[in-house]
Amino acid sequence: MTAELSSRVSGPSAGEEVLLRAEQISKSFPGTLALDKVDYQVRRAAVNVLVGENGAGKSTLMKILAGVEQPTAGRLLMEGHPVSFRTVHDAAVHGIGIVFQEMNLCPNLSIADNIFLTHPFTRAGVHLDRKRQHAGASELMRRLEHNLDPETPVGALRIGEQQVVEIAKALSRDVRVLIMDEPTSALSAAEVEVLFRVIGELKRHGVAIIYISHRLEEVVRIGDHIAVLRDGCMQAQAPMSQVDVSWIIERMVGRRPLAERRPAPVEGREDVLRVEGATLVGEGGKRLVDGVDLRIAAGEVVALYGLMGAGRSELFEFIFGLRPEGRGRVWVGGREITRLSLADRIRAGVSLVPEDRQRDGLIQNLSVARNLSIASLYQLRRWLRVDREREAAMVGGMIEKLRIKVASPDASITSLSGGNQQKVVIGKNLLTAPKLLLLDDPTRGIDIGAKAEVFKTMRQLADGGLAVLFASSDLKEVLTAADRIVVLSQGKVAGDLMRDDASEEQLVSASTRFIATSPAAARHAPEL
Amino acid sequence: MTEPIVAPAPSTTRGDSSRARALQLLVRMRTFIALILVVAFFAATTPNFVELANVVIIGRHVAIYAFLAIGMTFVILTGGIDLSVGSIVGLSGMVAGFLITRGLHLQFLHATVYPSIPLVVALSILVGVVIGAVNGLLVTRFGVAPFITTLGTMYIARGAALLLSGGETFPNLIGRPEFGNQGFPVLGAGTILHIPISVCLLVVLALAAAYLATRTPLGRRIYAVGGNERAAALSGVYVDRVKVTVYVLSGGLAALTGLVVSSQLVASHPAAGETFEMNAIAAAVLGGTSLAGGRGSIGGTIVGAFVIGVLGDGLVMLGVSAFWQMVIKGVVIIAAVVLDQMQRRMAPRA
Repeated sequence: MTAELSSRVSGPSAGEEVLLRAEQISKSFPGTLALDKVDYQVRRAAVNVLVGENGAGKSTLMKILAGVEQPTAGRLLMEGHPVSFRTVHDAAVHGIGIVFQEMNLCPNLSIADNIFLTHPFTRAGVHLDRKRQHAGASELMRRLEHNLDPETPVGALRIGEQQVVEIAKALSRDVRVLIMDEPTSALSAAEVEVLFRVIGELKRHGVAIIYISHRLEEVVRIGDHIAVLRDGCMQAQAPMSQVDVSWIIERMVGRRPLAERRPAPVEGREDVLRVEGATLVGEGGKRLVDGVDLRIAAGEVVALYGLMGAGRSELFEFIFGLRPEGRGRVWVGGREITRLSLADRIRAGVSLVPEDRQRDGLIQNLSVARNLSIASLYQLRRWLRVDREREAAMVGGMIEKLRIKVASPDASITSLSGGNQQKVVIGKNLLTAPKLLLLDDPTRGIDIGAKAEVFKTMRQLADGGLAVLFASSDLKEVLTAADRIVVLSQGKVAGDLMRDDASEEQLVSASTRFIATSPAAARHAPEL
Repeated sequence: MTEPIVAPAPSTTRGDSSRARALQLLVRMRTFIALILVVAFFAATTPNFVELANVVIIGRHVAIYAFLAIGMTFVILTGGIDLSVGSIVGLSGMVAGFLITRGLHLQFLHATVYPSIPLVVALSILVGVVIGAVNGLLVTRFGVAPFITTLGTMYIARGAALLLSGGETFPNLIGRPEFGNQGFPVLGAGTILHIPISVCLLVVLALAAAYLATRTPLGRRIYAVGGNERAAALSGVYVDRVKVTVYVLSGGLAALTGLVVSSQLVASHPAAGETFEMNAIAAAVLGGTSLAGGRGSIGGTIVGAFVIGVLGDGLVMLGVSAFWQMVIKGVVIIAAVVLDQMQRRMAPRA
């Protein structure tokens, strides 16, 4: 082994060996070949990183390892013995646990019930032992350094907290291989640190961790081995100590990414969005959004930066018309839309790319084309019917414009990778010909290539006269893509900076401006 | 980006995939194949089965199932269910019978008015539309589950049908020349080019419904609401309006069915249409409609209605006992859903 990078959680331990091996695995779906003769080794007591662009086949490979899907060809070996996982249960019996990218939790059940759903503590096999489940869930929450009551229904949790429950669920079983598909995509910086500590601890216990992430800095820091998938083929596998970020990116995309800084914004254009005194009061009287004033001009890309719970999503919901109980006024293109319904706001030129694309963005039973056109049907109406020629042209144009990777516009939306699904949601919104585009954490779970494209598209749209407002908790994203950065803290505007005047330090200090210095709040403060 | 937009084709061997595709096609056409088998079976075993007179009778029965099943399909596509349609069949027939036999007593004029038959038809259908609207409003505004809402209106409409006559039948609905309300039996007995009016109506309604489902913005929105209501709402679909519309459609079609049934019998019976809602659900499900919403087609439903209708009439002609008929119907419905599940497993991503 060569010298380790100093920032690693811990180096690969001695006696490292292959625990799980995939040989010549292929998987085809109608119209696509998701995996093409993939060889893959998972090492014991190590973090096995898997990276690749959207649609490269990462999730499919993991689903095969976890027994969710069966390979079309090839075989799996566990400690040298052939195994076949026909169900998630089969895989679990062999000690394989998975934290899915998209949540697989029952929102109506409590944290404890979700964690122990498949392997409950019982007395005599029938009577649920709630006390032991409660204690077990509490213990897991403590280990993950989250102070959540195990009796809380999962539906009441934030997405980041749900992810923690998902991780706890996997840890609750005696896992030998733990698959984590984008585990940090919804976590704050502090929560990520906790997760890394847990990963280090699991590693010391000999667990093989498969770690999928688009955040390459994170991957380099925590990984021991790296494998790169591209278009369903295994591109390269190497010990992490022998590679760096640019090596990874080259293997992933075959080119170097553009870290472009944007040109200076245009001055003196009219306001597209004007918000005055936006106020939302949540349960228990807490002000989620507290007297926010906001103006965005045509051609501007504005980032809404803030920590989790700062009120970003809530402000978006208010502007979009999902919070009729909120106080304050909203104008779009000079017209007041405060009292309009959501559908009328869309027609007035507002559009929202929601944070949770599975729950709020996609209609899973419809094709890619139908998902793209659903929000703009009112423009496609011709007498009674939908003008299908124009629809096909619009849909085809959008697929090309956003480079959505799909076998055919009529393919099922669920056959697309996460990043391509996100592009469909964005495309759907663009087809409504909006004046204002709101994007709530638009790059969540998207790879570098797609991120750059999303930002490029945002810029092009702004140049075309659109006002773009996007929420993000990623400083680099915010500083690269925005003209102007509005910082929210505890529902209040804590800063409004032009990009060229803003520094990471300024943004971070603004984002904690209104946070009281109680121990609970300090937990959420980022580590610098 | 230099990546191809079109993904590579699967590398499975050609023999495998074509056999799999043929099997998939067979399973997808299962209801249609079942219909052909049922018809062939009865044609072989039952004398007179394929005679024109018998085909016409079967067509009339199928029409009644199909009207209800079309409305039911739209409701189920949004993820709902409409149990009130059978009762609306009874009530709309009774409203028509009441208007023809007793007329409308206008208190302020101290007179009784006998509406003309077109007006009778319009008023009876209006009753179904109003009940449908009530269903829709209860589901959307008050958040009552569709099953409960329509269970309630099912009882209410049935009770209202019984109350109209005190439980009696309105017989002999031929009207009287001096009242100018003759002609009601035409709906059930009349023909256009030797084809019964109800069968003509079936063709027109089926085409219109298929057009609505596949070609219009409303159709798209119905599928979207059934697929993911939240995402549809966030895409600017007026989810409440879509839902009210499907219940109104279902109620209106049920009322039309009630008129056809009364007209065929030339009498209105308050118990008419009992358990029809179950036949309608069965036809929709046989045709591949998913009770979870978002999946199904009008064409499938029409074929499903044919299977139910042909099976019922054929078994009667074969002399199979009514008890066995029920058992067979149940087996057919379950077999259809099992096949449906098999198809979904064969094409997990399609």
